[in-house]
Formats: sequence, C-alpha cells, structure tokens
Amino acid sequence: MPATKLKNLKDLVKEQARIAKEREAYSHVVTISSGTCGLAKGSGEFVDAMKAAVKALGLGKRVLIKSTGCHGFCDIEPVVHIAPQGIVYQKVAPENAKEILSETVLRNNVLEKLLYTDPQTGQKARLAREIPFYKSQRRLLTKANAEVDPESLPDYIANGGYQALAKAVGELDPEKVIAEVKKSRLRGRGGAGFPTGFKWEFCRRAKGDVKYVICNADEGDPGAYMDRSLLEGNPHATLEGMAIGAFAIGASEGYIYVRHEYPMAVRNIRKAVEDARAAGLLGKNILGGKFSFDVHIERGAGAFVCGEETALISSVEGKRGEPRQRPPFPAVRGLWGKPTNINNVETWSSIPVVINKGGDWFARIGTESSGGTKIFSLVGKVAHTGLVEVPIGTTLREIIYDIGGGIKGDGEFKAVQTGGPSGGCLPRSMLDLPVDYDTLAKAGSIMGSGGMIVMDESTCMVDLAKYFLNFLRDESCGKCLSCREGTDRLHEIVARICDGKGTEEDLPLLEELALVVKDASMCGLGQTAPNPVLSTLRYFRKEYEAHIKEKRCPAGVCKALIKYSIDGGKCIGCAVCAKQCPVDAISGEFKKPHAIDADRCIRCGVCVDACKPKAILVA
Amino acid sequence: MPTLKIDGLDVTVDAGTSVLEAARFLGLEIPTLCHEDGLEAYGGCRLCVVEVGQGDKSRLVSSCTYPAEDGLAVRTNTKRVARTRKMLIELLVSLVPSSKVLQDLAAKFGAQKSRFKPKHEDCILCGLCVRMCKEQMMSGAIEFVGRGQKRRITTPFDKKSELCRTCGGCMYICPVCTLRCQGPNAPTTVCGSCLTLEPTCIDHYDDYMCYLGPTGVCGTCVSEKKHKGGESGGDKELCHTANTTQQQRR
Ligand SMILES: Cc1cc2nc3c(=O)[nH]c(=O)nc-3n(C[C@H](O)[C@H](O)[C@H](O)COP(=O)(O)O)c2cc1C
Ligand code: SF4
Ligand code: SF4
Ligand code: FES
Repeated sequence: MPATKLKNLKDLVKEQARIAKEREAYSHVVTISSGTCGLAKGSGEFVDAMKAAVKALGLGKRVLIKSTGCHGFCDIEPVVHIAPQGIVYQKVAPENAKEILSETVLRNNVLEKLLYTDPQTGQKARLAREIPFYKSQRRLLTKANAEVDPESLPDYIANGGYQALAKAVGELDPEKVIAEVKKSRLRGRGGAGFPTGFKWEFCRRAKGDVKYVICNADEGDPGAYMDRSLLEGNPHATLEGMAIGAFAIGASEGYIYVRHEYPMAVRNIRKAVEDARAAGLLGKNILGGKFSFDVHIERGAGAFVCGEETALISSVEGKRGEPRQRPPFPAVRGLWGKPTNINNVETWSSIPVVINKGGDWFARIGTESSGGTKIFSLVGKVAHTGLVEVPIGTTLREIIYDIGGGIKGDGEFKAVQTGGPSGGCLPRSMLDLPVDYDTLAKAGSIMGSGGMIVMDESTCMVDLAKYFLNFLRDESCGKCLSCREGTDRLHEIVARICDGKGTEEDLPLLEELALVVKDASMCGLGQTAPNPVLSTLRYFRKEYEAHIKEKRCPAGVCKALIKYSIDGGKCIGCAVCAKQCPVDAISGEFKKPHAIDADRCIRCGVCVDACKPKAILVA
Repeated sequence: MPTLKIDGLDVTVDAGTSVLEAARFLGLEIPTLCHEDGLEAYGGCRLCVVEVGQGDKSRLVSSCTYPAEDGLAVRTNTKRVARTRKMLIELLVSLVPSSKVLQDLAAKFGAQKSRFKPKHEDCILCGLCVRMCKEQMMSGAIEFVGRGQKRRITTPFDKKSELCRTCGGCMYICPVCTLRCQGPNAPTTVCGSCLTLEPTCIDHYDDYMCYLGPTGVCGTCVSEKKHKGGESGGDKELCHTANTTQQQRR
C-alpha cells in the first residue's frame, strides 16, 4: 500500500472498501485460531494441511485461509470458522482438512462430527453464537481476534482499522479526544482501575517538552493471558490506541513493554509497527499531517513486580525493576524523568472502539462508574475454560455458569479467586456480585488484570492461601521490610497451619501481620499481597479452625492432616494399589481386603487413582 | 513553597522537602532506620511511616520518601502508625536478634517480644551501605541482587570489585553490623580503628577516601599484612558484604 495514499478518514474508508472488493473474489474464508494456545494444540499443522488441501483441490482463487489470534475458547482448540456460513468446527486435525473443503466449502454439507456439543444439553452447535460459551459474551475487543490476520495490515484496515486514529487526528483535537475518553468511563484494565481519561489529562497538563506513552504488556499474573491474546491476535488495535493517546497527551514516542516469554506477541507487534510505519500510520507526519509518533519495543525478563508502573519504567531505563515512591506519579515524572502515560494493553485496545463509537456508547455498556467490557481468563474447575469478555458489571454467576458452564464434573462450587495472585477468594454467597472494580474491592478481592480461578470442594482454602503467598514472597522486589519479611512470615504461619502445627494464637497474628503488610508497603504488590489470606480468613475461617483445633483438613488436601485407609467392604483385593505404592505401604492377601500402613504412607495419592472400585478413603 | 499540616501544625517548606524533614523541622520525632542525612532517601525499612489524608482515604506512607505536598495533612503518631511500627520492629528483631540498634528500637517502642522464629541473619537489607558506597564514597562497589527472599547485597557477580577501596564506609554505616570496634585483637580486616600501626593505604591508593577518620587509621593494613603472611582472617564472622569486599584484597 503506497504510503502517500492514506491521508484522512475518507482515504481509510475508501481503502477498506477497496480491500473488501478485492476479497469478493473469494467465495469462502476459512479462519483458524492460531494463538499460542491454538498452536500448542496443533493448529499450525492444521493450517499447513488446509493450505495443501486448497492447493490440491485447486481452490486457491476461491478459498482464503487465514491464521488468526486466539478465539478464546481454549477447550475446543484448534477451532475453525468458515465464512460466509459462519460454521464453527472444533478440535480439528490435519486429516479433516480435505473433507472440510470438499464437503462444507464446496457442497455446503455440515460435518456433524466436528461440531461442538453442549455437554449440558447434548445439543450440537453450528454457529459461534449457538455455543453457550460465546452466546453470553460481549466481544468488543476479542471479536477481531477471530476475524483479523494479525500479520496483515490490510486485514486490519478492512476491519475498519486506523479510522479512529484518522478521526482523532483529522477531526478532533487532543482536548476532544480526552473528553471522549472521559465520557466513556473507561478505567485502566491493568488492575488499579484508574479512570483513563483523567490520567491522560494529568499527563497532558504536566509540564514538559518531551512526553512518553507506554503500553504495559508485562502480564505477570500466572494463568492470565488476555494481554498476550490481544497482542498476538490484533496488535494494530493496541498501536492505534497508543497513537491516539500520544496525540491526546502530546507525546511523540512510545514504548511497549512486553514479557520475553511471549515470543509470538513480540513478533506480531514488531511486524505491526513496521507495517504501520511503512503505511504512514506511525512515524513522522502520520497520515501526512503534523502529528509524529513512533514506538519502541522493550522486552521484560518476566518478574511479576516489573508490571508495576514505576518498576516497569525503571526497567525500561535499564535499571533494576524496583518500584519507587509515588508521588511523583509517572504522569508528572516518568520515563527518563519526563511526563509519561502508562496504560495496559486492554486499555489501549479499547481506545479505537471509544473513538469510533463514541464515549457515550461505550459508557452504556458497563456500570454507572465504569464503562465497556473486561476480558477475564476463566480457568480452574469450570466446565469451559478460556478468555471471556463481558460488560463490566456482569455477575460472577453469569460468567461462571452461563459462559463457563458451571463446575466441571460432578463437583460443587466452593469459591472463585479473582484478580490474580494477590486477589481474594469469594464464596458461593457472593456469586451474584456484579464484577466491577469497586464491588470486588469491597468484597475483599480485586479486579486485578482479570484472572478468574474457579474452585470446587476439592480445594483447601488454607493450602490455596499458602500457594499464593509463596508466589508473592518470591516475587516481592524485597525492598520494603513489610512486604519482604511480612509475606515470608505470613507464608510461614500458613504453612505451619497446613502442617498441623498451627496454634490458636496464629489466626490473630495472621490478621495483625496481614494488616501491617497491607498498610506499610510501598507499592501495589505489598499492599495487596495479604488479600489471599485475609479473604480466606473472612469467608472460610472454619477451615483454618479445623486445621488448628481438630487437626483436620476438610478438603483432604494438606498431607500432614490426612490419612489414607482402605474400605474393607469395597476392596476386592486386586493388589493393584500395592503394586503402585512407591513406598510399599500397602499389604494384604490376594483377593482379600488390603490395608495401608499409616506410618509408611507418604500420602502421594497414587493408590486413589489406581483403585478401580474406589475403596481408598482419604480423611 | 508547599504548606502542609503535620500533627496539627502548619509548616511551609522548600519544594522537594520530604515529610520526614518537614516533621523534624518542627521537632517531631519519627523513628528511622534506613535513612541517613546525606544519603538519598530509600524507603525500605518503613519505620518512618506516617498517616496522610483523612477518613476512609487515609493511608500510611514512608515519610522519608514522601514529598511534602501543599495541603497535605499528616499525622505522625496515630494508633495505626504505632501498631504498624511495633510489628515492623518485631519483624526486624526476629531477623537479626543480636543487633544492639534493633534491640534499642524494640525497647523504645515496646516490641521486645517477637512472635516469629528468629532467623539470625546478618543483614536487614536497609541498603545504607549501598548508598554510602555509591553516594559518599563515590565507589558503587556493591549493589542489591535478586528479589524476594533471595535479595542480597554483593559486588557484581560476587567477584572482586575493582571499585572497592576497602574504606570501610559500608561497615561504618551498617545498623546491624557486629564487627565494628572489636578491640585490639580484631579478627576481621575491614575495621579495627585501634590497630593503626603501619598505614599502607597511602602507598596503595593514591585517591584513598576514608570515612572512618584521617587517612590510614582504619587498620586494614595490619590485617592485610597478616593475610599476605598466609594467616587466615576470621572470615566466618563477616557479613556477606564484608566477606565479598574482603576477598577483594586477596
Ligand atoms: C505488582 C504489580 C504488578 C502489576 N502488573 C501489571 C501487569 O502485568 N500489567 C498491567 O497492565 N498492569 C500491571 N500493574 C498495574 C500497573 O502498575 C499500572 O497501574 C497499569 O499498567 C496502568 O495501566 P491502566 O491504567 O491501563 O490499568 C501491576 C501493578 C502491581 C502493583
Ligand atoms: S511493596 Fe514489595 S514489591 Fe512493592 S516496593 Fe515494597 S518490597 Fe517491593
Ligand atoms: S568498603 Fe568497599 S564496598 Fe564498603 S563502602 Fe567502601 S568502597 Fe564501598
Ligand atoms: S526511614 Fe523511611 S523507610 Fe526507612
């Protein structure tokens, strides 16, 4: 695409129409979900098979094969979407490539065996919107992941891309852009939920000849991958958002800080930057006008704390990734001491939507205090796992039951942990809580970046608190005594309780210390680190008490507090368990009930899995 | 020039002043551990916490790093501050129970009894030595490495540092250092001011910059001779930092 061609909104609309016209030559578009998760499940091989099949059948001029980013429903990867029918096939394998072409594309026959079956109703779904997982979502940002080839700028433009930038630069002025973002009630998706429009305004007003914008793509929460998915699947949207922000703030340079463990995201965003530059959408004199803005990509080494904005800035500057005192906030003194506006990937990606559709439209989607949608990574003991995008204010129940399909298997819901490692655990009684920054904080958890882990009764809440504390004590930068020593001591106490060595004084001590860690620490890591222990103490105190007073782990998880035995009535004496026990703790005569030597038993659980008649008791 | 209210008193200070400095200007006492005049504020020990703001929005901040802002309302001695400080001292004492400085703090703030298992570390990671070395000794021989429980202070790659001049500034400023002033038979090398016999540093280091006193009084030369003669120093009793800096002379 010649760089001189795109000068304003009209040109982009024309270019969009031109590409659409070009595409009319194709009768079918076959889209394959090929994010990191899809590739792991073999979508790469499938794409190759599909391309080979297209060639073999001589369909090269009629069928367009597209690899896109993640479509969100991880359980059914690799996923194929066939337009214009809109048919979705799940768990496809290379050997399905030919039949998809010959049957579905050429003869319009649906391959029943590749359709998704709703495990609850047993019904087969042909279209994405018939699949319950997608039905209740509002895919404002993630929708494009299933439509746009992340490596193709024309594809993004065909999808209406860069029209928001053209509108902002050509038809609005910086103040108007900020006013629109304020109206949208968009709040930062990186965790703290600061209103984005106001943040931009602070930075715009800050004194300084040079200003920067930064995209925070560090995404250090274990199990969270919405930012990765957006950068992999639709990198131009983030770039467009950053360029609009830079225009509004008066910045001419931007940085994307992306973790090194995301090679595909790095590759795609790098290509996007190059392509956008070549097309005059980035770099000097964007769209032929006065506004210039360019972007650098910086890779992080994968420390959780480097996602904290001041630590991130320090890391970009080549120093130790350690938070510093705010104020001064980055908006006043940020990167290289200059006013800097830092936003999360999802925040930046929301900006083109806000500008295209208008702030009011965006605000109507969310709640009173918070507009738009939020992407959650729904994982754990839930029937359908994946990335879920819903309007802010959707209840936990809707997310977990309507979209997630409820608890996997025949377990019972016990708790949901939101907000990543320093989030809180909410019990069943909170299921109708609308998910919003303020409601979650009030309930003792946080929105965080959008992690959501569902748990059933097989999870011990004390053990869970121990797990997160262990993560946090490793990831604390270690500067603040309260955070470094505090999290270590919290972990020590909780571990002691799990080991059956807890005393009655431990609970008040935990609470006392947790409050000090929250109060005295400098950055968000320390200030939220006690959430896992405080929220579990608040909602599941009985479980702590059972560990301490009765020396019992109700969920049967804490090894020191459980005992394995064999139900004589059920045991058929097959000796399978005895053969598998790594420490020879099981003995008995063949065809007669066996027994476990409690002193020898190391509680590894191998026998439980080995026993067909389920005769092993854990209590 | 910002005007703020500290414990009900109005005070106007130069821009760039910290809340701690403003409070001290008023004569208010705030305990500190990782702060020293002449070194950049760090904010690691959190002992200097004060409460800023009112009602629901009030929170604790470290006064040594928090800038005195116009209109800021600060309270230096609320219940919340006292409770926090006491717990912090409890954590410190359990870290290095033998430190006199920490014991004194514990006595002063009523935190003698620590409910945590003593760790017997030799460093509280207050970072004074790092800043001392960098900002006053103009050396920058030591830095933090690692994070979380693995955080520690050392020379780059734990190797001999060309930058260290064995001035002893790091040990001088260390609040938990038990190595200083050990009398005439000091087993360690970096300190022992009383041992000055034959100062050699002047020969060795043209730009010797010593914090402990006039050039040549620190006594490192004595032990250096001992080492040259093959006698072993009391390495085991050195903290990690001193150990690394000491190795540099071998
Ligand atoms: C320990 C810690 C880790 C963080 N990690 C991230 C992260 O991985 N990604 C992110 O966008 N924000 C992260 N944040 C939040 C950032 O500090 C900052 O608030 C955010 O990038 C601002 O962007 P937003 O306003 O768009 O949310 C983290 C904060 C803390 C305290
Ligand atoms: S709260 Fe924890 S992570 Fe944050 S600066 Fe302090 S020690 Fe570092
Ligand atoms: S002895 Fe070495 S490490 Fe210590 S302050 Fe002096 S130069 Fe720095
Ligand atoms: S004196 Fe302020 S944090 Fe240590």
